[in-house]
Amino acid sequence: MTDQALSAGQQALAERKQRIRAGLGRRHMTENLFRFFGIAAIVAALGFVAILFIDVLSKGIPAFVQTNLRLEVTFDPEVLDIEPAPALQEGQSQADYRAARLAWERQVAMLNWNRIIEEALRRAAPAGFEIDSRQILSIPETDARHVVRALFVANPDLLGQTVPVDLVASANTDNWVKGSINRDLGDTQQQLSAPARALIDHFETEGVITSGFAWGLFTNVDSRSAPASAGLAGAFMGSFYMMLIVIVLAVPIGVGSAIYLEEFAPKSRFTDLIEVNINNLAAVPSIVFGLLGAAVFINYFKLPLSAPLAGGLVLTLMTLPTIIIATRAALQGVSPSLRQAALGMGASKTQMVFHHVLPVTFPSILTATIIGVAQAIGETAPLLLIGMNAFVASVPATPLDQATALPVQIYLWQANENRNFFEARTSAAIIVLLAFMITLNAIAIFLRSRLERRA
Amino acid sequence: MDMVAGKVKMTQQTLESSMDPMSSLRPVRIEARDVTVHYGAKQALFGISIEIPDRAVTSFIGPSGCGKSTFLRCINRMNDTIEGAKVGGVIKLDGEDIYDSALDVVELRARIGMVFQKPNPFPKSIYDNVAYGPRIHGLASSKADLDEIVVSSLRKAGLFEEVKDRLAEPGTGLSGGQQQRLCIARAIAVGPEVILMDEPCSALDPIATAVIEELIDELRENYTIVIVTHSMQQAARVSQKTAFFHLGNLIEEGPTEQIFTNPVNKQTQDYIMGRIG
Repeated sequence: MTDQALSAGQQALAERKQRIRAGLGRRHMTENLFRFFGIAAIVAALGFVAILFIDVLSKGIPAFVQTNLRLEVTFDPEVLDIEPAPALQEGQSQADYRAARLAWERQVAMLNWNRIIEEALRRAAPAGFEIDSRQILSIPETDARHVVRALFVANPDLLGQTVPVDLVASANTDNWVKGSINRDLGDTQQQLSAPARALIDHFETEGVITSGFAWGLFTNVDSRSAPASAGLAGAFMGSFYMMLIVIVLAVPIGVGSAIYLEEFAPKSRFTDLIEVNINNLAAVPSIVFGLLGAAVFINYFKLPLSAPLAGGLVLTLMTLPTIIIATRAALQGVSPSLRQAALGMGASKTQMVFHHVLPVTFPSILTATIIGVAQAIGETAPLLLIGMNAFVASVPATPLDQATALPVQIYLWQANENRNFFEARTSAAIIVLLAFMITLNAIAIFLRSRLERRA
Repeated sequence: MDMVAGKVKMTQQTLESSMDPMSSLRPVRIEARDVTVHYGAKQALFGISIEIPDRAVTSFIGPSGCGKSTFLRCINRMNDTIEGAKVGGVIKLDGEDIYDSALDVVELRARIGMVFQKPNPFPKSIYDNVAYGPRIHGLASSKADLDEIVVSSLRKAGLFEEVKDRLAEPGTGLSGGQQQRLCIARAIAVGPEVILMDEPCSALDPIATAVIEELIDELRENYTIVIVTHSMQQAARVSQKTAFFHLGNLIEEGPTEQIFTNPVNKQTQDYIMGRIG
């Protein structure tokens, strides 16, 4: 090789190096740009989640504390003009006794219980405090009379006695105490009259009004006449029944059809068509499933309106495609060598699937299922179309009784007229729903990691 | 049944006594005539005809994609599981057509075991891996019986001493070579007549390979073994009969010694000399 050729070779080498270097800057820039976008996307997403949580928590946590009234209630015989409760007499049949008892209870219900409460309130007020009946009775929740009456029915010996009774303060009292309403607003814009507001302030300093954990939020059903006692028990049970129905129906049907389609069905145009349609179903808006449910389950099969059974069936239809797709994906992920090992041992196809393929895919199927169920529990739109947004003031005893669901309850509460009070309640309901979901997801993650460790 | 078996044994003894076991071959166990395989429109095998001798190791060699594995998978009908695969021709095991519609493929695979290229133990315990075959085929009458099968299979596969204290541990936790011997034990546990091995050492290191080769040599006494291998040295070391495949055709077959020392066909010679492949 001559010197000239050598230098030409070196020159070419230097030139190539130069070219690579020239491009490096741009390559690094692209990489940094992508990294920046990725980080920015994550920060934005986390930021929104944080805003959501901070907003919901800050609004909702006050609703877990309720304003209570502790009153010395006198069961004044002059107001409560009633004969003693009937006792079972000798020779009287059970039916007769029950009838007599019912008649007595009806009479008890007719008594002026508000008078009893009003008197208790007036005794707690400063001497000579001027306030009319309507105004003073706006301080406790309207269901106070039921509470006092129930005490008396349970124990008729209270007649003539004075006992301390815990009552829930009305929603407006709660707003005033918690400062949910602007205290500087004029009389015309306040929900409570001036004397009532003054009396509440007095009660607060005297310790008649106290704060406590709102157990009623979990144990009571929804209420419109007594909003401070409105709770989530009915909605929670409705959601619970629907979740059971979805688990009982969607899981076996979904997993079963996925196994059949993936492992046993011949690959033909027909099965391709089914596959495409299942994928399409997963993308159908949930409200359409609600319409379908209304048409099929309510109109055709005559299932009761607003029942968790109908709701559960609609949610099952909605969840099925999700479970089928996730299960099929899990089955497709099983390594062919495991299948070959099983078949090579002389296992039949069914044995291969149930002895080997399903056990290894079980964790992912389980996770997919729980997430599918959690999604169904959070669904609102289809339930509106089958009447589950009705106002239901009882805990459903069976899936055939009328009920609402947690997300529907949130929807109903956020539309309540008493915004000052229900804004917090709505957020509290959201917290309960989110806690429910997070629990389900945590169970999914826990089971998955446990099963995977064992496998 | 016993009488037939006795007769077969007698014939074998006569054969053994009259011929050198390395260059001569035992009676035919598997007979293939004009076997073709299509994967969809593509033809993978073109009229393969070969006889596989009883209780000897037959090796299939040839470059990648030559159809040796495809043919091996015809013998226990594993090609049935591949979408669009179509097998033509006749394969007989002891004179019985294995593609006969009356024959149950589950029974066939109990008689013809298979060991795969990549060790693929079940993600279960070592014990359950070996016990699986006897369990599904109902071969053990009691727990003690099953224990006995598991232990003897692990012994035959030369694995028992290494794993006897950890039979309950997962089979996937063993080393590659141990996993492959576990797969062999698993295949043996069913009591097969034939064991097919599809490149059983290609994923193993040289030491593990040597152990498996030794094992194959021992197993030959009781089983008919067909092995597909990429390594000509391996074929030369373990097999008594060798068949050379190229582009879906069986080019040449014969006693291993003859194939490696004195091949008739030019292509075989080229492959053995390392000129194609």
